Amino acid sequence: MSVDQATVRRVAKLARIKVKEENVGRLAGELNSILHWIEQLNEVDVEVIEPMTAVVNVKMKKRADIVTDGNNPHDVVENAPAAEDDYFLVPKVIE
Amino acid sequence: MNDLTSLSIATAREGLRKKEFSALELTEAYIAAVEKARILNAYIVETPDKARAMAKTSDARLAKGEGGALEGIPLGIKDLYATKGVHTQACSHILDGFKPTYESTVTANLWRDGAVMLGKLNMDEFAMGSSNETSYYGNVINPWRRKNSNAALVPGGSSGGSASAVAAHICAAATATDTGGSIRQPAAFTGTVGIKPTYGRCSRWGIVAFASSLDQAGPIARDVRDAAIMLKSMASVDPKDTTSVDLPVPDYEKAIGKSVKGLRVGIPKEYRADGMSAEIEALWDKGAQWLKEQGAEIVEISLPHTKYALPAYYIVAPAEASSNLARYDGVRYGLRVPGDDIVDMYENTRAAGFGPEVQRRILIGTYVLSAGYYDAYYVRAQKIRTLIKRDFEQAWSKVDVVLTPATPSPAFAPGEISDPVQMYLNDIFTVTVNMAGLPGIAVPAGSSKEGLPLGLQLIGKAFDEETLFRTAAAIEQVAGGYHAPKWW
Repeated sequence: MSVDQATVRRVAKLARIKVKEENVGRLAGELNSILHWIEQLNEVDVEVIEPMTAVVNVKMKKRADIVTDGNNPHDVVENAPAAEDDYFLVPKVIE
Repeated sequence: MNDLTSLSIATAREGLRKKEFSALELTEAYIAAVEKARILNAYIVETPDKARAMAKTSDARLAKGEGGALEGIPLGIKDLYATKGVHTQACSHILDGFKPTYESTVTANLWRDGAVMLGKLNMDEFAMGSSNETSYYGNVINPWRRKNSNAALVPGGSSGGSASAVAAHICAAATATDTGGSIRQPAAFTGTVGIKPTYGRCSRWGIVAFASSLDQAGPIARDVRDAAIMLKSMASVDPKDTTSVDLPVPDYEKAIGKSVKGLRVGIPKEYRADGMSAEIEALWDKGAQWLKEQGAEIVEISLPHTKYALPAYYIVAPAEASSNLARYDGVRYGLRVPGDDIVDMYENTRAAGFGPEVQRRILIGTYVLSAGYYDAYYVRAQKIRTLIKRDFEQAWSKVDVVLTPATPSPAFAPGEISDPVQMYLNDIFTVTVNMAGLPGIAVPAGSSKEGLPLGLQLIGKAFDEETLFRTAAAIEQVAGGYHAPKWW
């Protein structure tokens, strides 16, 4: 599989990263060289192999469904670039 | 007084208990050493006032005979760890000004045991790199130089600041993290000891996430004993991390000095492939010989899927990173670059905030997870992980521990490796361990012809860090310590 410039633009859009038009060609080249190197994995027959989901087979821990944290909205917005009255501020999204 | 910085944790611990010096004196010695070593760029933030306050608390506890396992020991903390009220940015521009309102579990464990924080350490941006050249805060310099040369060398990465600081004695030990080799490769490049414990041994809570199924915390220290002391405090069972495994933390220090007689040490033949340098091969043979002379049995083993570990890693790690790093949107924390609308704001923020290597990996990760490609890439890579894990499981019927080189070369110069895939190959010997979730330790074992330290790696069974400490100590006992000549 080869990545063309349209794919770079599409993936950058999905990743929400603005890519300058003059860098699209370079990125396509870099992604292709990495993907080309990864293609050696196709040599391995994985038909009957299960994907690994855990390092050690342990039952996932579950905790009691009780509130253990909260009531600190100020802490939550403490590091926001823009906040008002413990709300995040964003550009207008609804007309 | 500056010779206090030459003491190992184990020695300083004794001196503090015997009141030969105070925790404040020890901390002052380190603060002065940190200031003199700024050319290394290992610390991005120094916290001397906090260090003094913590040292005074330690002195009060020591006076009452109450000191914890790390009481009064000054440490450096990798910038990936959330430290309450203190700069935590994963050395990225996108987390500008971020000061957490909480403390990571691992650092909280260290402070509980009395450790003192000297500051935050430089690293590759979001732990993505093998040379500490991707940090927003600039390159870290390795205290080691080639014989008869003043040229700067990289300390390895991503825990480059941690390794450089430990090697330069500007902290007694440091926290680090390892996703594909980020503890063991820099340890090998700086003549220090670094252990990546079993996945699930240290809590990941409060550590900035890179690739969640691979990330694991661990220490970099000057010797094997100090690494054991550090890991004992860092490891815990944490209800805040569901992948933290519910097993008691052993007293790792007790494993040091135990004989390796009868220990079965595996030498995986696949690691010899692909033009290994004669120097690295000789180091590996020498390490095996040392263990054999101490009564260990050397066994050739096969780990047939070794060569697929690195390419599979470059699917799994970027895929998980692209998902984890979606949270940096200019809304909740850090940098915001305005735009015409909210999507434009996201895109401008992420373009300005992430460096080139991080952007490359997010794009790769987004591509391999995008519609139609998930099975061909991510699922296939996770199946390869099963095969890698199985290779090790089969090996454990024949051996107790595996010995390999830690890196394919000694430290290189900044700018020497510019091709991304060539840079990724630095992790060729370390990455299988992350893919299988196993523990691995890097221990200095020799020097290159240019006088640079070289490391060996030991790989253990899941949660058998004790065998790693025991075997690494047996190598260290013969190899001796590696100390960078001071030039800064």
